[in-house]
Amino acid sequence: MNIVVCVKQVPDTWSEKRLDPEDSTLDREATDPVMNEMDEYAVEEALRLQETHGGEVTILCMGPDSATQTVRKALSMGGDRAVHVVDDALHGSDAVATSLVLARAIETIDAVDLVLLGSESSDARMSVVPAMLAERLGRAQLTFAKEVTVDGPTVTIKRLTDDGYQVVEGTTPAVVSVVEKINEPRYPSFKGIMSAKKKPVQTYAVADLGIDPGEVGLSGAWTSVESFELAPPRESGRVVTDDGNGADRLAEKLVEFLASKKFV
Amino acid sequence: MTGMHLSDELESLRKTVEEFAHEVVAPVIGDFYERDAFPYAIVAQMGEMGLFGLPFPEEHGGMGGDYFALCVALEELARVDSSVAITLEAAVSLGAMPIYRFGTAEQKAEWLPRMCAGEALGAFGLTEPGGGSDAGATLTTARLDGDDWVINGTKAFITNSGTDITGLVTVTAVTGRSEDGHKEISSIIVPSGTPGFTVSKKYSKVGWNASDTRELSFQDCRVPMANLLGERGRGYAQFLSILDEGRIAIAALAVGLAQGCVDESVRYAKERSAFGRPIGANQAISFKIADMELRAHTARLAYYDAADRMLRGEPFKKQAAIAKLYSSEIAVTNAREATQVHGGYGFMNEFPVARMWRDSKILEIGEGTSEVQRMLIARELGL
Repeated sequence: MNIVVCVKQVPDTWSEKRLDPEDSTLDREATDPVMNEMDEYAVEEALRLQETHGGEVTILCMGPDSATQTVRKALSMGGDRAVHVVDDALHGSDAVATSLVLARAIETIDAVDLVLLGSESSDARMSVVPAMLAERLGRAQLTFAKEVTVDGPTVTIKRLTDDGYQVVEGTTPAVVSVVEKINEPRYPSFKGIMSAKKKPVQTYAVADLGIDPGEVGLSGAWTSVESFELAPPRESGRVVTDDGNGADRLAEKLVEFLASKKFV
Repeated sequence: MTGMHLSDELESLRKTVEEFAHEVVAPVIGDFYERDAFPYAIVAQMGEMGLFGLPFPEEHGGMGGDYFALCVALEELARVDSSVAITLEAAVSLGAMPIYRFGTAEQKAEWLPRMCAGEALGAFGLTEPGGGSDAGATLTTARLDGDDWVINGTKAFITNSGTDITGLVTVTAVTGRSEDGHKEISSIIVPSGTPGFTVSKKYSKVGWNASDTRELSFQDCRVPMANLLGERGRGYAQFLSILDEGRIAIAALAVGLAQGCVDESVRYAKERSAFGRPIGANQAISFKIADMELRAHTARLAYYDAADRMLRGEPFKKQAAIAKLYSSEIAVTNAREATQVHGGYGFMNEFPVARMWRDSKILEIGEGTSEVQRMLIARELGL
């Protein structure tokens, strides 16, 4: 079974993020880049499926040169090969453009049975790329998986919902997005790190994939950021001292507070 | 390694171990430390990552890296916790390395794959209750009786010797006397559980509390003649060659602790306010932390240099002694200063700097005391 895992390089979740005042895109220079955490779970799941079913795991990444780090990390975890789409024209791409590029790149890879990816990226948090990708590829879409099993051509997932899970079944080839409940990603071993640099990485520019550069990047985006400002710093909380009759006056104080905020 | 910079692969290793230390070790290690408990699950995960096999070739189950890779991993672990770092250091450079360097093909095949996987820990029994640095004063004896060595004696302060996954202890013992009357010292492998080999209860230690340190006794303990490790009569010389490398590893561990003190102090100095501003805004604190960083950085250069010389096959005895001496002494200084930055909280065991303070002192003692390092350096200078 051949699997493609889409991985995205994002700013470290804990780092302070800034938007570039020039074009209102994320200032990636200012933050430590890491692999999107949810995609690490997708890589892990692909490797586990490979251990059971065999086949190849291809890592697919769309991102600038610096995203090589993320590609290498996925390869050091155990991916067999990688495809990296690098092009200045991609800067500022929205989810629509991203799904187009990923779909075209997947079409260059032979006999793909499954496409795995995190259900959202920690920077954009839109959670729409898996669905768009499935639509563009004309494949079954199974999202928010907390468990994946493959039996012949049948893919079954437990789809995480707010109050439990649904069992969803589809047929390969399929696109499956995963949530962090699915597994515990491995740390790369040193042997994995050493072998990663010898694994093949195919790079493509946008034009190589038959895409008009105008369809992607800031110019091709369906939305644009008109302006932005920093979120105001959180105000410190207000301490109400209990002068002995707190329990009696709690309701009264709460109503007073809510009224002052015009909630009631 | 290229000069003073990490290669891309070593940087990836460093980052991986850094993440592991912060995500897996940091949240739970304080509790193990308080309970004097050995963190088996953490050690197992370190085994899965291949940390125990870092400097060994793949044919023995290793990762195909070198000794410097081990040092990089040790530094990152010790930035968060020294107990797990010393467990790794002792298992690799004192447990597995002698088997790899001096073992027969059979000994290597029997032990190295499991040791590289972290499934079996090795220990090295050199120090005795009567002394450590003066290895010539060894009292433990081993005599040949038929096809067996019969071992009698006591070993003290032996790391990794009494865990549930300890596979063997290599002991040095007097196996005879040379013509000029000098003791002939040899190394012999004693598997855990051998009758006559008793592991006493854990010591109550000041630091390194989540690591395993025991006193061992041997009473007519019999092991097959084939358990001799390396040449008969070369046990002490073999040990000395292992110790030079081991000093670089201890230096890496000390640098990790010194850097961990910087990390914790920077964080605390930004968070903690006094008189209306973060304490880090006061030069009394910020200069203190700048000096801590200076020491950690300089010590790192010293061990990088020693490791680089060793890997290039150049003499490195003096550089290893300098790295070990300097980094262990600055680790103690940084731990004291970090505790001072933390004020009263620094004296509370739940703060990592308190653990670092307790863990730092042994660095000036283990694998050659500071006095022994000075002696070695002076000797290298022809004094």
